[in-house]
Amino acid sequence: MDVFMDIIMNLWSTMAFDNLYWGNVVMWGIAFLLIYLAIKKDYEPLLLLPIAFGILLVNLPSDIMKEGSGLLWILYHYGEEWAIIPPLIFLGIGAMTDFGPVIANPKTLLLGAAAQGGVYITFFGALALGFTAAEAATIGIIGGADGPTTIFLSAKLAPHLMGVCAVAAYSYMAMVPIIQPPVMKALTTEKERKIRMKSLRKVSKLEKIFFPIITAIVVILIVPDAAALIGMFCFGNLMRESGVVERLSNAAQNELMNIITIFLGVSVGATMPAEVFLTPQVIYIFVLGCVAFATATACGVLLAKFMNLFLKEGEKINPLIGAAGVSAVPMAARVAHKVGSEADRKNYLLMHAMGPNVAGVIGTAVAAGMFLSVLK
Amino acid sequence: MAVIESPMAGKVIEILVEVGQSVQEDDEVIILEAMKMENPVYAPEGGVVQEIKVEVGQKVEEGEVLIVLE
Repeated sequence: MDVFMDIIMNLWSTMAFDNLYWGNVVMWGIAFLLIYLAIKKDYEPLLLLPIAFGILLVNLPSDIMKEGSGLLWILYHYGEEWAIIPPLIFLGIGAMTDFGPVIANPKTLLLGAAAQGGVYITFFGALALGFTAAEAATIGIIGGADGPTTIFLSAKLAPHLMGVCAVAAYSYMAMVPIIQPPVMKALTTEKERKIRMKSLRKVSKLEKIFFPIITAIVVILIVPDAAALIGMFCFGNLMRESGVVERLSNAAQNELMNIITIFLGVSVGATMPAEVFLTPQVIYIFVLGCVAFATATACGVLLAKFMNLFLKEGEKINPLIGAAGVSAVPMAARVAHKVGSEADRKNYLLMHAMGPNVAGVIGTAVAAGMFLSVLK
Repeated sequence: MAVIESPMAGKVIEILVEVGQSVQEDDEVIILEAMKMENPVYAPEGGVVQEIKVEVGQKVEEGEVLIVLE
């Protein structure tokens, strides 16, 4: 009988139950919630589903996140800590992005830059709440609505906040259609929302080829710390616009992008064991992230209104497209279009809003580079 | 005689009228898709559809004539 008990006890001690604590179970709840939102509500499922499963895995006692040997640790170490995956995602995004609307209307570059104002406002807000400068920068960048940039910056400045900030960024991105419209409507009049913009001029292939080359040179000279993101982004875009390496461009947009998205999601999720996640700080980060989104929206809209003071009748910008300066592509552009068509259903802002929208991607990467150069 | 022009670049995913049909101002005549978003195109004025210049699946540019009304 004793032998039998020994075997049972031995078997029990090899199992993981003893190492489980209540915090892990709470994290399962969070993982289940994210899985639910991804599957049922279609909230950024490509990212939130892998992240959620990563959270579940790291909150089951095992050595999957053990430094040096755990599978998810290795993915995390080489993917995020070495900052390889976010720039590769930028390669894919570059290959997917059509800069036509920006080139046709370069004023929209300013709107993409203005929205980064929300990033800086949130940065100071987080500082005031007692976060360190490095942490505050990582939290502020959530307002740029750019997942890979958020992960890239947190790997360099505040790795312990990576998981939380990534989840905040991706969940708020899914909530762009809920967070933005009230801000946009509060800051514009019915008349402004009805402004119809004149048609975009046609952009030549040559301009589209030169755009990524010039952008890379100018941005990297000014903000060298943004080189990894902007360099890959512009390279991806050149592959697209050159028209001669369609296979590479397709690979960057599809196969490569899909593979690294899997690794990125699951290993970012794995940075959220209960000990790290269940702190009061996390609530602040979610609140600040939402503030970042709202202020970024407001900054874009307000700059557009300001620019209208100097523009002739007929050239005026519909201020709603300023809100698309947060780089959630193309969700923010769709929201601008939708709010515009509520005021005047024959107003088609979508393509105009794509200008600030893709400019916002560059803007957020530049903002991250500026934080890095000052804080690293 | 009037024409209905495409208000934006996109792909025609649905044509809601037929030749010979009469339409009122502001009727939805065509659905365009861009950025995975469906955008209805409205008739600028009433009339009878004389010719449909596009077909489903076709990509159109801004300003391209979609439908001729008489």
